[in-house]
Amino acid sequence: MSTLSLAVRDSSTMLRRNLLHARRYPSMTLNLLLTPVMLLLLFVYVFGDTMSAGLAGGTPDRDVYIAYVVPGLLLMTIGSTTIGTAVSVATDMTEGIVARFRTMAIHRGSVIIGHVLGSVLQCIASVVFVGAIAVAIGFRSTDATALEWLAAFGLLVLFALALTWLAVGMGLVSPNAEGASNNAMPLILLPLLSSAFVPLDAMPGWFRPVAEYQPFTPAIETLRGLLLGTEIGHDGWLAVAWCVGLVVLGYLWSKATFNRDPR
Amino acid sequence: MTTTTDTPAIAATGLRKSYGDKTVLDGIDLHVPEGTVFALLGPNGAGKTTAVKILSTLITADAGAIRVAGHDPAADADAVRAAIGVTGQFSAVDNLITGEENMRLMADLHHLPRGEGRRVTAELLARFDLTDAAGRPAATYSGGMRRRLDIAMTLVGSPRIIFLDEPTTGLDPRSRHNMWQIIRELLTDGVTVFLTTQYLEEADELADGIAVLHGGRIAAHGTAAELKRLVPGGHVRLRFEDPGAYERAAGALRETVRDDQALTLQIPSDGTQRELRAILDWLDAADVHADTLTVHTPDLDDVFFALTAVPEKSENFDKSEETVR
Repeated sequence: MSTLSLAVRDSSTMLRRNLLHARRYPSMTLNLLLTPVMLLLLFVYVFGDTMSAGLAGGTPDRDVYIAYVVPGLLLMTIGSTTIGTAVSVATDMTEGIVARFRTMAIHRGSVIIGHVLGSVLQCIASVVFVGAIAVAIGFRSTDATALEWLAAFGLLVLFALALTWLAVGMGLVSPNAEGASNNAMPLILLPLLSSAFVPLDAMPGWFRPVAEYQPFTPAIETLRGLLLGTEIGHDGWLAVAWCVGLVVLGYLWSKATFNRDPR
Repeated sequence: MTTTTDTPAIAATGLRKSYGDKTVLDGIDLHVPEGTVFALLGPNGAGKTTAVKILSTLITADAGAIRVAGHDPAADADAVRAAIGVTGQFSAVDNLITGEENMRLMADLHHLPRGEGRRVTAELLARFDLTDAAGRPAATYSGGMRRRLDIAMTLVGSPRIIFLDEPTTGLDPRSRHNMWQIIRELLTDGVTVFLTTQYLEEADELADGIAVLHGGRIAAHGTAAELKRLVPGGHVRLRFEDPGAYERAAGALRETVRDDQALTLQIPSDGTQRELRAILDWLDAADVHADTLTVHTPDLDDVFFALTAVPEKSENFDKSEETVR
């Protein structure tokens, strides 16, 4: 069997195993979905009027704020889901079964690739779930073409892949599930310091560049542009660059960590 | 498979491994012929698990020439992996999925066709008495069941060499005897078994070859019988109720060790039928009538304590005598 077909076959076996875990034990996935869903409802129904007054020049309009906040929350959903990835990778590494995998003549990376693919699929499912709630409470895209929808979907997948590889690396270096959950915390905290909830120009001068150039903001602005027709500008390239960079970084980090002798 | 009966299943010379400044394996040699059971015996922390991890490609050695199934684990890990099956000290099963799903996972990773995977799964689950529990998550299994599933999973790929790291640690006596039976059955398939244990009885029961690992070195190696010959201690013990009879016997017999308190005499003996008959003839000739006669052959406990002696050595010797009495 060639290396590639071995990789494909073993990785899909590992993917099936991870999806089986996710299906059998959905509680962690659902718990992680709670944060973005709660924030969505909180910001729309509690803060919606007040926040939108700041956006639309004084006139409170909850619908305006729904449109503003949903793209950020969709990306936050990805961040939240990948915390689960870090936890499940860390848990897996403490189990004897992974030691068994390491002594079998299988594709070396398949354990990790299975986690990555499973995580991206879970991210997509979570985004669809949170997106459906958003639509149910009144989110509508404005004049997005089929191509823009496709690009939006592509961006979400790429972003999920980027955060997943990062989360896998975090999971691999964490000694246990608790450690992984702590290490992966920035994945859900970072969107709070982005343009997800308020526009950049509402932030103090020294803080603005921090918020503007962290990975979430360009992705949020790009998604906003694709779904709502706002200006994308250089954020599109910035978002793609961040994603590709994180994928490469996370991949190399994970590979090096996984190939080290286990303790 | 390139191994023939001439090449050993496992051969290692000068195996070394240290973590930081702690030397775990300090140059050990191992030789395991194909189709035999080899036991690596040692107390906790002796380096048994480290040795298994190195031989099973899980970690790399610092130094030493190693051949497992004719291949070097460092240079050609996948060739070694294709020939071995490993059951680690901590159960290597996926606790979140069912027993059957665990088996199918192994079948898929060994690239068995779907029908073949199904057949092997059903066969092994039945062989290890797990058919009824096949649909339950492995997390709900008892320790003995999990060990059986563990070994069943190891057997899916029909490995030629099987590593069992402390296969019976933590099992109750019945499960332990079941496990011994399973290991004996593996041998009838021509498989080579490399096991580690801290139980001397287990090595005695199962192993063709034994190496005693102590402080990162092989303290002794050989068959159980050869190891037992390393320590003196085989004797016939005569016990008397009547002090008068004891004194008469002690006077009539030479080469005995006296214990005046317990009114017992020890006569050195290797415990064979021939020697025993000679002793009995000798006792009759000397007109000695003991109330009880017991034969004490040195067991692996004696060997173990002698080889891995720590300062309270003599105390340990006493203990091993206790268990025999």
